[in-house]
Amino acid sequence: MSFFKKLKESIASKTEAVTTIFKEGLTKTRVALVEKVEELITRRKKIDEEFYEELEEILIGADVGVNTVMTLIDELRAEVKKRKIEQAAELQPILSEKLIGLLKGEQNPGLQMAKSGITVILFVGVNGVGKTTTIGKLAHKFKSEGKSVMMAAGDTFRAAAIEQLEVWGERVGVDVIKQQSGSDPAAVMFDAVQAAKQRGVDVLLCDTAGRLQNKTNLMEELNKIFRVIQREIPDAPHEVLLVLDATTGQNALSQAKLFGEKSGVTGLVLTKLDGTAKGGIVIAIRNELNLPVKLVGLGEKMTDLQEFDSEQFVHALFSGLIQREEEQSETN
Amino acid sequence: MAAFESLTNRLQNVFSKLRSKGKVTEEDLNEAMREVRLALLEADVNFKVVKDFIAKVKEKALGLDVSKSFTPGMVVIDIVNKEMTELMGGTQSKLAKANKPPTVIMMVGLQGAGKTTTTGKLAKLLQKSNHKPLLVACDIYRPAAIKQLQVLGEQINAPVFSMGDQTSPVEIAKAGLQHAKENQNDYVIFDTAGRLHIDEALMEELKQIHQNVKPDEVLLVVDAMTGQDAVNVAQSFHEQLELTGVVLTKLDGDTRGGAALSVKAVTGKPIKFAAMGEKIDALEPFHPDRMASRILGMGDMLSLIEKAQANIDADKAAEMERKMRTAEFTFDDFLEQMAQIRNLGPLDQLMDMLPGMNKMKGNMKDMKVDEKQINRVEAIVRSMTKAEKQKPELLNHSRRKRVAAGSGTSITEVNRLIKQFEDMRKMMKQFSSMMGPKGPKGGMKGLKGMLGKGGKGFKFPF
Repeated sequence: MSFFKKLKESIASKTEAVTTIFKEGLTKTRVALVEKVEELITRRKKIDEEFYEELEEILIGADVGVNTVMTLIDELRAEVKKRKIEQAAELQPILSEKLIGLLKGEQNPGLQMAKSGITVILFVGVNGVGKTTTIGKLAHKFKSEGKSVMMAAGDTFRAAAIEQLEVWGERVGVDVIKQQSGSDPAAVMFDAVQAAKQRGVDVLLCDTAGRLQNKTNLMEELNKIFRVIQREIPDAPHEVLLVLDATTGQNALSQAKLFGEKSGVTGLVLTKLDGTAKGGIVIAIRNELNLPVKLVGLGEKMTDLQEFDSEQFVHALFSGLIQREEEQSETN
Repeated sequence: MAAFESLTNRLQNVFSKLRSKGKVTEEDLNEAMREVRLALLEADVNFKVVKDFIAKVKEKALGLDVSKSFTPGMVVIDIVNKEMTELMGGTQSKLAKANKPPTVIMMVGLQGAGKTTTTGKLAKLLQKSNHKPLLVACDIYRPAAIKQLQVLGEQINAPVFSMGDQTSPVEIAKAGLQHAKENQNDYVIFDTAGRLHIDEALMEELKQIHQNVKPDEVLLVVDAMTGQDAVNVAQSFHEQLELTGVVLTKLDGDTRGGAALSVKAVTGKPIKFAAMGEKIDALEPFHPDRMASRILGMGDMLSLIEKAQANIDADKAAEMERKMRTAEFTFDDFLEQMAQIRNLGPLDQLMDMLPGMNKMKGNMKDMKVDEKQINRVEAIVRSMTKAEKQKPELLNHSRRKRVAAGSGTSITEVNRLIKQFEDMRKMMKQFSSMMGPKGPKGGMKGLKGMLGKGGKGFKFPF
C-alpha cells in the first residue's frame, strides 16, 4: 500500500471538520510549495543546474529555511547521481518522500496535561505574534471541552494588554487574574496560581508580555515567572508554549533557540498560518530544532486554533497528489 | 545564529582559495556571488529580489575587473554594500506635509506588525517638533485596541479620537478628520486594524477609508522579522492603497532584516522610520547604509559611533585621551569611563552593533555581558579610598581585604581587577609610545608587541 493511501486511511478516522480546517488553512502553502514544485517538474523535464536553482527558490520562498533547503538539495543531487535519474518526473516521488519525511517527525504529543490538579500553560514569544489571541482561543477550546479555565494577565507592559485579555475573558466566560499595568508579572503569576488553587480550576493559561529574544533583562524576567510558577506547583508549568508568527522568516529559529534556553519552551504555537504561504517554516523548525509544533492557528475564528497533527498537515499539503494517485489506482 | 558567518569571512574564504592561482575567473566570481546570494537569503531577503540584485552586482563586478585587485573579496563586498544602500534609497525620513493642514497619515499593515505602538511613537516624534497630532482609533476588531491607543495617547499627552467599536471604521475616520479640523490639529494619524493582505473585505474597508480621508501619507508598518512573504504583503498593500512609505518595526531584535530590502524593491517607496525599542520615543530615521551592513551581517558600527558621539562629552574624552597617553590613568578615570560607556545603553545592545559579535554570541553562550558584573567592579572601585584610587600601588594585602569586605566581593575578585587594571595601564603606555608625538616610529614593533600581549594577557575587566 502506498504511503498516501495509508495516510488517507489513518486520516479517515479523524473528524471531517478538522481535515477541512487544515485543508483550507493551508491552501496558500499548498499552492506555493507543493503545486509549484509539481509545475516545475512538468515544465522542466530535465534535471540540470537551473532546475536545482528553481527548486531551491521555491523551497526558500516558502520559508523552508536556507539550511534545510541546502541539505535537501544536496540529498537530492546525491540520489539523482546514485539512481542515474535524468527525467524530472522521476524525481517527484523522491522529493515528496523527503518533504514528508521532514514533516512527519515523531508522533504528535498533544498538550501535556497535569495528571491531577491544575494544568498550567505559560505562553511566551516576541511582540505581536498573537499570544493573547491564542490564549483566548485556547480558553474557548478548553471551556467547550467542559474544563474550568482561568487566565493570568501577565502582560503588564504593553498598553491595554490586560484589557485585551479581559475582553477575551468576557467573550469566553473565564475569570482573568490581573494587577495594574506596570506591576511585576511574576507577582501576577503568584496571585493567579493561588487563585487557581483556591477555586480548583482545571487549566490556568498565563499570558506574558511580548519580548525580543535578545533582550537579556526581559528574558531573565521570564525566567523569574517560570520559577515562581514552579515554586507554587512543583511540576508546573506543564507546557511552555512559544508562540511564533508564521510570517516570520529565519529569525523564528533564533527565537525558538533563545526562548528555549531561557524559559524551557516545550512546544510551539504557529499563528497566522492561513494568511500566507509560509507553512514551510514548519519544515525548518522540525528539521533544525527539537521542538514539537503543538498548536496551529489556521484562521481568525475561535475554532481555527487546532492541535497540530502532522498527518493532517501532510495530507492537506499533498492533497492534490493524493487525489491523482487515487484516480490512477481506480483506472487500473 | 551559528549558521551565520559574516559575508566578509565567507568571501575571503572564496577568494583566498583563488589567491594562489593569481587570477580571478568569471567562474570564481560566480562562486563569490553564490555566497552573496546565500547571505542574502539567510537574511530573509526575498529570493526574487536576490536574483535581480545578484545580477546587478555581478555586472558591476565584471565591469570593475575585480580580478586586478589584491583584495577581490573586499571589492565585491564594497559593490554589494553600495548597491544595497542605493537600492534601499537615500535617507528620507521626512513626512509629507499637506499644503492645508491637517496632514493626514494612515497606518496599515498585518496583525501584530506594531501599528498601534508605532502610531503612538510617530505622534511623539511629531510633538517633538511642536506639532499637534490627533490619533484616530479605527481598529474596532481587536479587543482593547482602542484602549491601547488611548493609553498611549495619555502617555504622550496627545488627544485620541474614538467612537467605540460599534461604528464602522470608515465613519470613525471621517468623523476623526472633522474633529481634527475643528480642533486645529495639524496632523491626524489613523490607526487601522491589522489585516491579512488577502482579506478582501478588510482591504476594501481600507480603500474606503483612503477615499474618504485622502491621506498625504500611507505608511505600511512591517515587522523587520518578516520572512519571504514580505514581498507579497508589500505588493498587495501597495497595489490597493498606493503606499507612500514604510516603517520597519522591531529592529532592536537580532533579525538581519532582509525584509527591508524586499519591501523597498517591490514598492519603490522609501523606508521612512525604524522602530528600535519598547520606549515611546524609540522611533528613528531609517539609514539605508546601516541597514545594508546589518543585512550583510557586518554590524552596525555607524549607529554605535553616533551613539557614542551623542553621549560622550568631547572635552572629557580629550582629557581621557591625554591621560591615557601619559599613562596617568587612575581608578577615578576608570570609573568615569565606565559611566560613559553605560550611558550608551544596555551593554548587550552595544555588543550587537559590533561587527562579528552576533556570531560570537552564538558560539559562546558565556559571552552574555553581565551588567551585574559591572556593578560589582564599580563597587570594588568605590570601596577604595581616594588615595588608593589615585595610586593603585598603595593597595597592599590588608587594604585589598578591606576593599573586598567593603564591596561585598572576594579578595580574588579584587586582585583580578587590580591585575587587569595594571595590564590596561601597561598597554596604554605601549599605545602612547606608538601614537605619541614622535609619530608612528617603530610603530610596527609596538603594535606587534601589543597584539602578542592582547592575544592572551589582556582582557577588559568585565
